[in-house]
Order: sequence, then C-alpha cells, then structure tokens
Amino acid sequence: MSGDAASITRSQVEDFLYSEAALLDEWRMDEWLQLLTDDARYEVPPNNVPGGSASDTLFTIADDMARIRARVKRLNSDRAHAEFPHSRTRRMISNVRITNRAADTLSVSANFICHRFRRAERIRQYVGAMNYTLVIDGDGFKIARRVVLIDAHELGSLGSVSFIL
Amino acid sequence: MSQTEPQTYIIDNETDQTFKLNRSALVEPTLFELEQRRIFDVCWIYLGHESEITEPGDFKTRNVCGRPIIFARDSAGDLRAFLNSCRHRGTVVCRLSQGNADSYSCFYHGWVYDRDGALKTVPGAESYGPAFDKADFGLGEVPNFASYRGFCFVNFSAGAEPLEDYLAGATEYIDLVVDQSPSGKMQVVEGTQEYDIAANWKLLVENSFDDYHLLSTHSTWLGYLKDAGVEMKPPEKGHLLPSHGICRNLGNGHATTDNVNFRGRPVARWIPIYGEDAKQEIDEIRAELVTRLGESRATRIADTNRNLVIFPNLVLNDGSSITIRTFHPLSAGRMQVTAWALGPAEESPSALARRLDSFLTFYGPGGFATPDDVEALEMVQAGLQSWREVTWSDLSRGMNKDGEQLNTDELHLRTFWRRWSQYMEGATS
Repeated sequence: MSGDAASITRSQVEDFLYSEAALLDEWRMDEWLQLLTDDARYEVPPNNVPGGSASDTLFTIADDMARIRARVKRLNSDRAHAEFPHSRTRRMISNVRITNRAADTLSVSANFICHRFRRAERIRQYVGAMNYTLVIDGDGFKIARRVVLIDAHELGSLGSVSFIL
Repeated sequence: MSQTEPQTYIIDNETDQTFKLNRSALVEPTLFELEQRRIFDVCWIYLGHESEITEPGDFKTRNVCGRPIIFARDSAGDLRAFLNSCRHRGTVVCRLSQGNADSYSCFYHGWVYDRDGALKTVPGAESYGPAFDKADFGLGEVPNFASYRGFCFVNFSAGAEPLEDYLAGATEYIDLVVDQSPSGKMQVVEGTQEYDIAANWKLLVENSFDDYHLLSTHSTWLGYLKDAGVEMKPPEKGHLLPSHGICRNLGNGHATTDNVNFRGRPVARWIPIYGEDAKQEIDEIRAELVTRLGESRATRIADTNRNLVIFPNLVLNDGSSITIRTFHPLSAGRMQVTAWALGPAEESPSALARRLDSFLTFYGPGGFATPDDVEALEMVQAGLQSWREVTWSDLSRGMNKDGEQLNTDELHLRTFWRRWSQYMEGATS
C-alpha cells in the first residue's frame, strides 16, 4: 500500500475493518490496541444526541488514548464483573464507504450489527453505523478516531456497553 | 403469598441488632402494582430540571409513574406538567421527545391544544350539543407540581404535603449541589443515558449509596484511579475505604452518604487525572466558592462527596461529577434508568469537558464502574429467585454501634426500607 489516500480501494478498507472486528470478537484486546494511533479517540455518543460533541454533551463513551488503554486493562482483568465471563460477540460489517480522502487520511463509514451473547437468556443486537478516521501507516492503517452510533432511540434493553463496541 | 395475606417485609430488631429483609419484597410480581398505588402515586416523584426547558413552548416528554407527561414551559414561560393524553379519546398528543411547540396537535382526530393546554380546535365542532364547551377539555395536568431550587417534582395524590416538607433533611444536600453555581443556576448537560436493568428498582436504591460494595465491585475503577496517580490513603481503623465517610438518615425515607473526598471534584478538588493544565482553573473555582460562601461552607461543598437518595427513586451523586439519576420499575424484575449530568450553568467549556470526562470514567452504561453495578444488581435478582428457600437478606451493618454510622454500614439502606415498609403497610398518611 502506498502512502497516498487517493489510491486506497474500498476492499483494502473492508479487509482492515474485518480484521479489526475479528480481533474484538476474539477478545484479542492488546492486538486491537496496536491498531490505534497514539492520540486515538473512541466514542459512543448518547442515543438521543448522536451528532453531539463529547466536550459539551454527556456521551456513553468518550475515551482518549489513556482511557482506551485503561478500558482494555480493565477488560483484560477478571475483575471487570460485567464482562466476566466475557460476552461472546459477533460483528457483521457492511455498506463500507470511503467518505473523504485527505493526504494520508481517510474518512470511512460502515454499518454494523454486533450480536452480543451474555448468558443464555440475553441476546442483544447493537445496530448502527461506525465512522472512522483512518491514517495510512506503511502497509496498513491506524485508527485515529472511531465513533460508534447506535440506532436505538435509547439503550433500553441493550443495557450496558461494557465491552468494546 | 397472595395480595391480601398480611406480609412482614422487614424484621427490625434493635435488641438483637439485626435487620432482615424478606426477599419477596424484591421478587413478587404482585408488588409491582401495589408499589405503584401505595408509593409512586402518593410520593413526590422527580420529573425534570428547570434548565432542560427554558423558552415558552419548550417541552420534553417523559414517562413518570407509568403516565406519559409533557414537561413544558407555557406561553408565560412557567413550568407545567401536562398529562399527555388527548381529552377526546386518549391518544398521546405529543409524540416527540423534545422540542418547542406552538401548539400540541393530536394527529388522530385533529384536536389542537395551545401552549397553555387549552383546547383551541375541534374539527366539526357543530356536531356537539350545547353542553360541549372547549373550556372543559383542556389538557389534564398532574394534580401537584412543585420545584425545589430547580428540581421539579410531581405528585398524583390529592392529599400531598408541601414538597419542602416531604424533602425534609434532603434539602440541605440539594443546597450543597446548587450552591456550587455562582448564580445559583444549575444546568442539565445535553445527552441522556437511558438503559434498563434486569433487577428490582429497589436494588438500585440500595446500590446508589451503598459504599460497602466499592472495594469488591469496583476494584478495576479504584485501580484506574491509582494508576492515574490519585492518592489512596490506607483506610483508618474500622474503615474499608481510603477516606472517612458516614451515612445519614435525612427523614421521610431520604438518606445520604457524606464522605471526605479523595476522588476529585470538578467543584473544586484537583486530582492528577484532570491534568496539570486544570490546576489553575480549579483553584479559581475554589476561590470563587470561598469568596461567595466563606471558607467553612466552601470546604463543606468542595471537600466532601455525597450520594443522596430522595425517596423513592431519585439519586443525586455529587462527587467526581454530579449525576441526576431516576428509575421506574417496569415489572418486579426490571427497571428503566434515566441519568443526566448536572453542572453550574456558567461553567467554562474546559470545566464542563472535565466534568463530563470525570462522569464517564465511573458512571453510565459505558463507564468503568456502572456496568459492574448493573451486573451486581442483575446477579442479585437472579440469586433472589430462591427466596422461598432462602427468605431473608441481612442489612444489619452498623447496628452494633452507637453514634456515627459509616458509609459502609447500612443505616441508609435501612432508612429506605423502613419507609418503604411503612408505605406498603399503609402506615403513612
């Protein structure tokens, strides 16, 4: 892969997103961290203000890199009770679009369904869109920004977002 | 157990220094309806904060005590609580969650109400007889609506006591929240957290001010603070947590923790997580408090954390951020939680961002702590299903002590349960 955003194809982006989804579904958290830039952000806006800014709106999740690392450390321990034992998740990613190209960065949008299986009686489907800022990094990408929009009007029966969505 | 059978929910034995709760109180499906009538229909219940709607015509729709309600500013800018049901045949009139309305128009048959709830338009009005008067068909209103320092409550009972009497000693702790604003105006921040918990609502009452669970349930959060350089003193003798903390009975079923702060406060106690850049602004916020309120009151506000429960279902967590949290049962085993962040209306953009950051590290469905609370409550609810065999839970902590009760004792939980039991047994007027 060259360092030129203009030449990136959708299938290259799709391959990257599928790999990321596999790492998260397999709970390979430390490897997932390697996909992020040192100043990455991970955000889940509140269901009722999906277009808000985390600086003046109460989000569900608004992590800078220090908090992303802390989140992963927490999830890697057996004391993150909400995720012990770990949820089983299976992510489906589709409708991948490159929405903007700058010199070495891409804006990417994709739809997702994340099926979450906690215990026998709890099957939860998180449905929505993910907006990425990807930075071209050698032969691959790094994630500089990852915003997960949940379509549900409120979290309601989805409960917590205690895993990395 | 049937509804008509007498039921002892609590065994409150001062002599033996034991307090036992019948687990059926958290499980029995029939209690859901009884609680609606005996508690939610007679207590003052939180509706919203005055800062959420500011201009004439502004509204938010809410479900409170099972009723759809329009929390609105009328044409004069006054706060109102309309029952969101068309006077014709019952349709929910306003179906948006928020907005500014010129009028409230029922889409079913086209009846239109103005901002003050008066019925203005009835298509085909000539088909009604002379007894039909539009003036008789304004939107219904909640029988009692009152606010205390910006917090708005409703009460569905004809015999409701004044809100301030009902709040009793809780007003002292609401004042500690509101006095953080130089103008006395607090602001609910945009963005609402709404999520269900598969547990009885009273378990969230317990959890909201139970500090006994902190070490065990929230060890990863405490680890996060420690990693970030927050000082964790070894507990004093007889304590479990890094700072001194007590609980207090505030009357009428309300209770609070009152803890020496160690986890930082946006108003105004710096911790390393806020970053060096924030030190100066937090110093300035503190200096403003001292100038306005004096050293003693400023210290009271800025160096203690309070988790307040206003009976039955309002929580104000005033610590590393301010959370307004309310919750309503959907059934005996399920509740709907709504939470907002609150801060001084004049807070700077940087202070607000810090407040929200601080909120999210602990609180909410994506925080480092709340999801583990949710898990705890759901595991309690699952465990309680054997209530016929293991009937009693124990809430005796601290009963063996004279005087001060710690935040890790259970006086505050007993305060709630004693009041709950009085309402359920019809012992309150």
